[in-house]
Amino acid sequence: MKTTRKISFRNWMLTGVLATGLAVSSVFAPVAKAADPLKIGFSMALTGPLAGAGKAALIAMQIWKDDVNKAGGLLGRQVEFVYYDDATSPSKVPGIYTKLLNVDKVDLVVSSYGTNEISPAMPIVMRKGLVFMSLFGLAVNDKFNYDRYFQIMPAGPIPKDDWSRGFFKLAMEQSPAPKTIALLSEDADFALSAVAGARRHAKRIGLKVVYDRTFPFGSPDVTSVMRAIKAANADLVYIGSYPGGSVGLVKAANELGLKAKMFGGGMVGLQFAGIQKNLGPLLNGIVNYDFWVPEKTLNFPGVNAFLKKYQVAAKGKGVDPFGHYLPPFAYAYLQILGDAVTAVGNLDQKKIAEYIHKTTFSTVVGNVKFAKNGEWATTRTLQVQFRDVAPNDIGQFNKPGKRIVLYPDSVKSGAIQYPFRK
Amino acid sequence: MFTPELLLNAVVAGLMLGSFYAAVALGLSITFGQLDIVNIAHPTFVILGSFVAYIINENFGLDPVLIGVLFMPIFYFIGTTLYRVYYASFERTGQESLSGLAFFFGLMFIIEVVLILTFGVDYRLVEADYIGQTLHLGPLDFPYRMLVPAIAACIVTGAVVLYMNKTFMGKAILAVSQDRLALQLMGANPLQVKRIALGIAIATAALAGALLIIIQPVEPSVGRMYIGRIFAIVVLGGMGSISGTFLAAILIGVVESIISTFYGPSWAPAVGFGILLLTLAIRPQGIFGRA
Repeated sequence: MKTTRKISFRNWMLTGVLATGLAVSSVFAPVAKAADPLKIGFSMALTGPLAGAGKAALIAMQIWKDDVNKAGGLLGRQVEFVYYDDATSPSKVPGIYTKLLNVDKVDLVVSSYGTNEISPAMPIVMRKGLVFMSLFGLAVNDKFNYDRYFQIMPAGPIPKDDWSRGFFKLAMEQSPAPKTIALLSEDADFALSAVAGARRHAKRIGLKVVYDRTFPFGSPDVTSVMRAIKAANADLVYIGSYPGGSVGLVKAANELGLKAKMFGGGMVGLQFAGIQKNLGPLLNGIVNYDFWVPEKTLNFPGVNAFLKKYQVAAKGKGVDPFGHYLPPFAYAYLQILGDAVTAVGNLDQKKIAEYIHKTTFSTVVGNVKFAKNGEWATTRTLQVQFRDVAPNDIGQFNKPGKRIVLYPDSVKSGAIQYPFRK
Repeated sequence: MFTPELLLNAVVAGLMLGSFYAAVALGLSITFGQLDIVNIAHPTFVILGSFVAYIINENFGLDPVLIGVLFMPIFYFIGTTLYRVYYASFERTGQESLSGLAFFFGLMFIIEVVLILTFGVDYRLVEADYIGQTLHLGPLDFPYRMLVPAIAACIVTGAVVLYMNKTFMGKAILAVSQDRLALQLMGANPLQVKRIALGIAIATAALAGALLIIIQPVEPSVGRMYIGRIFAIVVLGGMGSISGTFLAAILIGVVESIISTFYGPSWAPAVGFGILLLTLAIRPQGIFGRA
């Protein structure tokens, strides 16, 4: 009996200590959690064909992280990135996001750069119900219809069509109006989507498609392709291509004397300063998409301050020295996520998504409002025309006057030169 | 859309493209075809050659082809040193088959990472007066961007063929993969022969790299896109046959060009590899290989 009472007393003591411990730990637990960094996970193309853009994006994202952390972090927690190189290889992306969510236990995820790397992450992110800010994916959500997907590239609410809408609007305003078109796409997601949109516009307008082909990603030489396009003798030549292919096609078009009235469209690479310098005057007259150029009509609050920081950070890193194309948007997609998390006050993904849907965000790339499908509510895919480009002068591309904005009218900075070669 | 002019131009473009392929495949034809060394890192050495051409061209304005030629001795030295390491680590102990392959895989990644860390990942290009110009001969167009590399490729291939057929060391290289013991009896040192052969193979990469960066912009991982194509060319030509490699490269180049022009560029690689499979089914030793 005595023994029983002793044990009972010991049990009471033990229970008391445990209860106190639990109470103390429950009091201090939120404090410990608040001190933990807030982890944002992503994959990025740091090697491989799209690494030039991927590394530039990473620099911009790190500038945002530093800015936020200097201002006290998000939800009182310092922001930390957990990222892996996807080597521009879509097959690596699912594994990376699985690891980020299940092993690294990140709090938020954002996407890698480009359509090809965003699509493979979608099923994993959707399964977890996370908000997914994405960086330059063209019409990715058309296949998924995910209500927590938001895309920062200003393609517009019908991305495949809006992407090339300006090109065709400009073409059909000319006199005499063009009658034929050649379509060429590099065989990868983004380029195929861009040209699919152009094909629909051509059909809608009633242009006769006289050439419509794809070419393999990374083809060493595209002279034969350009020769076939020249032989087709189209008024318009619309191309969806990646940097290597774009450079080859521009050179081949000049070498073979392409006679089209408008040439360009969706050529990735012509936005990068290194390639612009090398191609020099060969670029003159080309009408191509872009998202930000140093024209006065695109001088949004904060963008020049950001670019100054980027240009310092990019020095010696072998990336685009000016950072006009992707970096401001890589900063802005985190700016939006950060603003939404701060406004909601916690990491409730449903509430964050709802907030992003209903809010117009003020960012370094201007005001951003998303449509229901997570794309920009209004397209702002620029159509710019290279003008008066001189040889061997990289500095000229950091000033106004070399990439004239022709479309949309809200940011237009000049009129088209048509045909593209006088 | 078929016109004789278009066909002629497609053939000419294919000849120029094929000649360039030959320059890239030449080194692999020596290592893989003659020395039985699966140098999967060869395209990466080509990219290294491209970056050397880029640095010198950017800083001193020298012609890329000239840079490629000037750097061949340095690449030769790299090749001979590489063989010493390869021999000491793998061949001497008979582990060259799998471990050797892993070695060259590793080497490929190391070179790529060093290039990325040194130059970053942006695309690099060279400048030369002839890039962007075209020679017009009647109905035929010869873009100098393709013509200059094609001529340089023909010269270097011809020089290697002459060396292999006319010099003692060249014949020794041809012999070393066939009968090492007989070679020793003839008074040649097989290790020295192999060392020189790998040196020559890597030296050709310096020039091939310079030619590549004339044709297209280059970033550190571009070489991977060539691995399949150049191995196919070496096998199609017949293992160990330099002339065979050249002709196979021309065949692939012309077929790709004609298919690209008339049937769509997407079919070009499939037809090229289709020819390889068909050839191997009928003639397993390749078009010019010995049975």
